[in-house]
Amino acid sequence: MSLNRREFIAIGGAAAAATALAPGLRLVELAQARSPDEAVTSLQRWGLLVDIGKCHDCDACVTACHEENGIQSHGRPATDAQWIRKVTLKDKQTGYVQTLPVMCQHCEHPPCVDVCPTGASFKRADGIVLVDKHICIGCRYCMMACPYKARSFVHEKTTEQKPHAPRGMGTVESCTLCVHRVDAGKIPACVEACNKDGNQAMVFGDLKDPNSAITKQLASAPSTQLRPDLNLNTGVRYRGI
Amino acid sequence: MRRKTTIIAGVIAALAAGLFAVGMVRATDSAAKSGGPGPVVKIHRGEQCVEDTGYMRRNHMKVILHQRDKTMHQGIRTAKHSLKNCVDCHADPVTGSVLGQDGFCASCHEYASVKIDCFSCHTDKADKAALATLPPPKPATGVKP
Repeated sequence: MSLNRREFIAIGGAAAAATALAPGLRLVELAQARSPDEAVTSLQRWGLLVDIGKCHDCDACVTACHEENGIQSHGRPATDAQWIRKVTLKDKQTGYVQTLPVMCQHCEHPPCVDVCPTGASFKRADGIVLVDKHICIGCRYCMMACPYKARSFVHEKTTEQKPHAPRGMGTVESCTLCVHRVDAGKIPACVEACNKDGNQAMVFGDLKDPNSAITKQLASAPSTQLRPDLNLNTGVRYRGI
Repeated sequence: MRRKTTIIAGVIAALAAGLFAVGMVRATDSAAKSGGPGPVVKIHRGEQCVEDTGYMRRNHMKVILHQRDKTMHQGIRTAKHSLKNCVDCHADPVTGSVLGQDGFCASCHEYASVKIDCFSCHTDKADKAALATLPPPKPATGVKP
């Protein structure tokens, strides 16, 4: 983990503030709920853990995502936007079939950000990778750079967008980790749906909080990144591939 | 004969000029009463905008732009200056939109011939969930910019 000077000072300040005044009494909790007027900080990093052993042939997460973000199909699968998709893996040797959801992996070193000529592709301080569509010129370099095929181009005029998820023709979009929900202290729609209607295969949480469920699960059993050879340090991890 | 024609033409011209003058006076009269020609912007909700009305008339675009970047890049989602909040409050109670014939945004921008591209991505419709938290709509009051 490399830190720039500002991040180091921020963490130092937070650590100083978090030092105990008395047993069990702190000035500031390290990771506390943000108020709406506070900027996100690098003290948190949001991530997902998908347990493929539990993920079966259902698409609760895809349906929930597209409902939440107002993504409508034009009936043209080749060009329809997809923020999350179900991928099927088949072991040729044994015939064993697995399915898993793939979405933006929210990399620590995102290739999409590296190649973006305008700065539209960016990583928020809390690790969520987004497209600023106000700046995006629709060049689609990021779509070529992304090893996970996570980004879609909006080819057609959009109507009936959700107020919290603006989408427009001529820009690139991808999973936002439901940033509008995360900022409100809720969990992403796919995770909520998986836990309610699906197979409880997804966990969402703060990768920098030692006490969060996701950190404990990652620490207690093996998990992997997709394409670990690229050293992107993804925020989305898989178990059981 | 030619003289008669000239006289008739002159009379008609004089009449037309008179009528035109009367029309102009009437037009300037009504314009003076309403504060000049221009669109009527309909206000449906609340007593007071998030900022002073005069300030908003000149600077609403700067306010939205500033908030836009803070929301997008820093995750600051205060409602006060957000486009969503503008739309929720100013949407027409009947159509639910800020665009259209008498839409809050459209009426003024069409008059000023300014193309707004916010709504190629953002919805122009009020968020039904947010409307519950806003003051109820009242009969529209017209405001001249």
